[in-house]
Amino acid sequence: MELLGQYNYWVVFFLMMTGFYVVIARGNLVAKIVGLNIFQTSVFLLYISMGKVSGGTAPIVADPGSLYSNPLPHVLILTAIVVGVATTALGLALVVRIKEAYGTVEEDEIYAQDDPPHGSAPALAQGSETATADSAGEARR
Amino acid sequence: MIRRALVLVLLAVLGALFAALWLGFTPAEELGLTGRYYAEHTAPDLGAANLVTAIIVTYRGLDTLGEVTVLFLSAAIVGLVLAGGRPAARRKPPVPAGELLATGSRLLVPLILLLGAYVIVNGHLTPGGGFQGGAILASGTLLLLLAEPLKRFSHGLITRIESLSGATFVALGLLGLVFAGGFLDNRLLPVGTLGELFSAGLMPVISVLIGLKVGAEFSSMLASLSETEDS
Repeated sequence: MELLGQYNYWVVFFLMMTGFYVVIARGNLVAKIVGLNIFQTSVFLLYISMGKVSGGTAPIVADPGSLYSNPLPHVLILTAIVVGVATTALGLALVVRIKEAYGTVEEDEIYAQDDPPHGSAPALAQGSETATADSAGEARR
Repeated sequence: MIRRALVLVLLAVLGALFAALWLGFTPAEELGLTGRYYAEHTAPDLGAANLVTAIIVTYRGLDTLGEVTVLFLSAAIVGLVLAGGRPAARRKPPVPAGELLATGSRLLVPLILLLGAYVIVNGHLTPGGGFQGGAILASGTLLLLLAEPLKRFSHGLITRIESLSGATFVALGLLGLVFAGGFLDNRLLPVGTLGELFSAGLMPVISVLIGLKVGAEFSSMLASLSETEDS
């Protein structure tokens, strides 16, 4: 029954697996960023749970001599949350750029455009370029 | 098919690793050595009630300076990556905000900003501090941007707030090196009595600076992202 009592670790476990699955199995770049955030959240929850001291209160000094939870994971995770927001914003900005360049956010389609299958003309995102398959391939090199 | 199997295998490996760690885990009964030092010395030495803010702003102030730099860099890179998008004239006009959102944002934005200011200013006493309050301020910006998609924030103003608070942060740290115990020492100002708003020396001041800086940086990221919407 001890495992049932530590229910927040179940939540961590579920979120971690979900996030990891989304990051590696989904081709959509926005979905990947969402998965990364879910994974991140599980790590935050894990650290905060590990910082808990049995019977301790929040690390705010009220009366001297009382038992507090470990403040160090809180500090660490506070900084991690802020950096996580920054990396998410950066990832989304890059996705905006990729969408403008390729016209899609699906990984498979981006690979297909970068490395066109033999014999088929590459579908260019910029409609203004009416190049043949050969010269487009030339320009790529 | 192979890829899917590989994904499942990886998932199983990670799950097994984590489960093994978890089965051998017992919750702590008391604080570790470092944690106990902070718990015992924060209130008498620095006059702050919130251990987390005390560690962030004073004990590990240099690391916080580094982290604020990371934030600044990523805000700058978001601006750089998104700069030179398609000109505004070629974009479709965005869907106007509904009545509920427009009215609700007028009601909520001042309250959100007030809450952010409260969380920042009381960071040394109650849960909160510069980073949390700055994020709350930026959420007010987000609501404004959602309610009025065509609104343009003055990037010059945001940059000025950000660089001014960053420069003051560093200057206060250097002053601590000269007049107090070390870089970012909060005893540059009198410590005061525990639990009052004007106590803990420099800590509320630095919280305000961090809050302004973080709020400005997040707002600038949001503004950059919103100005490149739709394609």
